[in-house]
Amino acid sequence: MSILQNDSTTVAEKPEGWNRPALIKPSGDGELLEVAMGPHHPSTHGVFRMDVALDGERVIRLRPVFGYLHRNHEKIAEGISYLASMPYTDRLDYICPITNNWAYALAVEKLIGQEVPERAEYLRVILGELTRFQNHASSLGFLIQEMGASGTPLMYAFREREKILDLFEELTGARMMVNYMRFGGCRVDASPAWLEHTRKVVAGLGGFVDEFERLLATNEILMARTQGVGILKSELAVNAGVTGPMLRASGVNYDVRKVDGYGIYNRFNFRVPLGDHGDVYDRFMIRLLEMRESIKIIEEALKDIPGGPIMDPKAKIRGFRPKPGEAYGRIEAPKGELGFYLISDGGPNPYRYRVRPPSLINLTVLEDMCLGHDIADVVLIFGSVDIVLGEVDR
Amino acid sequence: MKTIEEIKAAIEAAVPGAKVEIVPNPSPSTQHSLRLAPGHAPAVARFLRDDADLALDYLSNVTGVDWLDKQIAERVKVVRQVNKTVDGVEQTVEETVEETRPRVDPGYLEAVYHLYSVAKKYGPVALRMRTVNRTDQVELPSLTPIWRSAEFQEREIFDLYGIVFTGHPDLRRLLMWDGFKDHPMRRDYREPDDFEYEPTPHDDVLKRAQARQTAVVSQPGTSQQGSVAGA
Repeated sequence: MSILQNDSTTVAEKPEGWNRPALIKPSGDGELLEVAMGPHHPSTHGVFRMDVALDGERVIRLRPVFGYLHRNHEKIAEGISYLASMPYTDRLDYICPITNNWAYALAVEKLIGQEVPERAEYLRVILGELTRFQNHASSLGFLIQEMGASGTPLMYAFREREKILDLFEELTGARMMVNYMRFGGCRVDASPAWLEHTRKVVAGLGGFVDEFERLLATNEILMARTQGVGILKSELAVNAGVTGPMLRASGVNYDVRKVDGYGIYNRFNFRVPLGDHGDVYDRFMIRLLEMRESIKIIEEALKDIPGGPIMDPKAKIRGFRPKPGEAYGRIEAPKGELGFYLISDGGPNPYRYRVRPPSLINLTVLEDMCLGHDIADVVLIFGSVDIVLGEVDR
Repeated sequence: MKTIEEIKAAIEAAVPGAKVEIVPNPSPSTQHSLRLAPGHAPAVARFLRDDADLALDYLSNVTGVDWLDKQIAERVKVVRQVNKTVDGVEQTVEETVEETRPRVDPGYLEAVYHLYSVAKKYGPVALRMRTVNRTDQVELPSLTPIWRSAEFQEREIFDLYGIVFTGHPDLRRLLMWDGFKDHPMRRDYREPDDFEYEPTPHDDVLKRAQARQTAVVSQPGTSQQGSVAGA
């Protein structure tokens, strides 16, 4: 159906307090054009479609269309045991499998009241922050790529990402589908050689961030293309449930690592970078600054990591039946707040298994940010949201 | 940070007539939730968001849960008239007997909302609403006008569970395609053998195709081209 026809936000139907953007009136000179950007558009990070209505080059309406990668992850998880879903969480946000594992492990640990040994917590933090680093690096690389800087920045970012993926492979046996965490710890222990290798890699990451910043942050074209584009106000960001770097770029100080202090995050000394304007440039800079903070956290964790077991010896990782009840566990994934909501009816499988996907919910405000901008800016704004379709469509 | 009892008391003081019930959570997570009567839910939600003390300005997670009809075998004490021989004389005596009777607990669909406060940095506070049944009375009030983050998530619940959110401005399927009929996340859903099977048009399929054809021809405005030119 045409998205211009399907306008359900006329004034008469507006519920009280309804917080949609004021839609733009067509200028009236010339024809309107509807473009389906995607699902096979090079800038869509997968199979995502935006139905865009254009007045000249200006966007006057935008509707995201989902579901091309839908495989009903939640339904599948309800039919298998708790442990059996762990490898499948890797496939949600396949850029950051470790944090998906972590969020799921955290929710199940809340449900069954499981403690995690010290060393496993440190390993989780190290791997989680490495994941954040490589996610931010590659998402910035893609963002610059979509701006037209073909190749170089993306390849720089992927060079660092490969180093981190090598670390994952060395530890877990897989570059991306790591299946690393268990309820009550981690699957395999890190050897001293791995920790030494990690120290070496992390020592080089700071140089990459400096280089990336020098190369791009004050680049005239980048500033012209991104500053003042896709502004997201802080009130709308909170109301629309936007999380992660996008929320902080709008100036809202909310980081689940600080607020919940899950795991052992309250032991680490790191800052939460905040933006002023909430535009694409701020989102770019916030990710850059968060990469620096991640390096600080990893270095601190590598220094303090204790010995000891990586699994609670009393923990049952398979074949357990949680008492009836429910739990919502969430972490600060690189893309935003990743939550898992589990209901147990006392059986070996979850009665309800829900993923709160940050990528999907961050797209709620895509139309608000794009209205009035040119079609070329839509690609940038969309890139600055940083989504992965495996998580959006689940 | 307020306890769930304090939040319940605050709601009942602020929203007259609101029925709030605490749903205890026996798991170690101890995340208890509040069940709202659907009629008052928007008013309660608005209060939770706007109240300066509570300031639950951030709706994190919205999800549906399907609770099927439950067959419960109940032990009931019944008084029965029994013919008995007492002292050699046949008499009718009243006797209390335990009986097992099947009872059906009707199922319902439930929407669960997890709230946090960005301003006060606490949470989660879980709200729940139930539909009357699973078949024909599946309406719940939408909370999208209060928290925009429910927009896609309520659409997803409508799609996968079939809860109809009244007051939602754009209630369409989110993940499944528009022509899809069922609600796949329901517990009793059975998938078809082949989603994409399309027989050669005959009988029913042919009739449907012809009906669609005539509808398009008789209303040229419904085609995409017509709408763009007309808008």
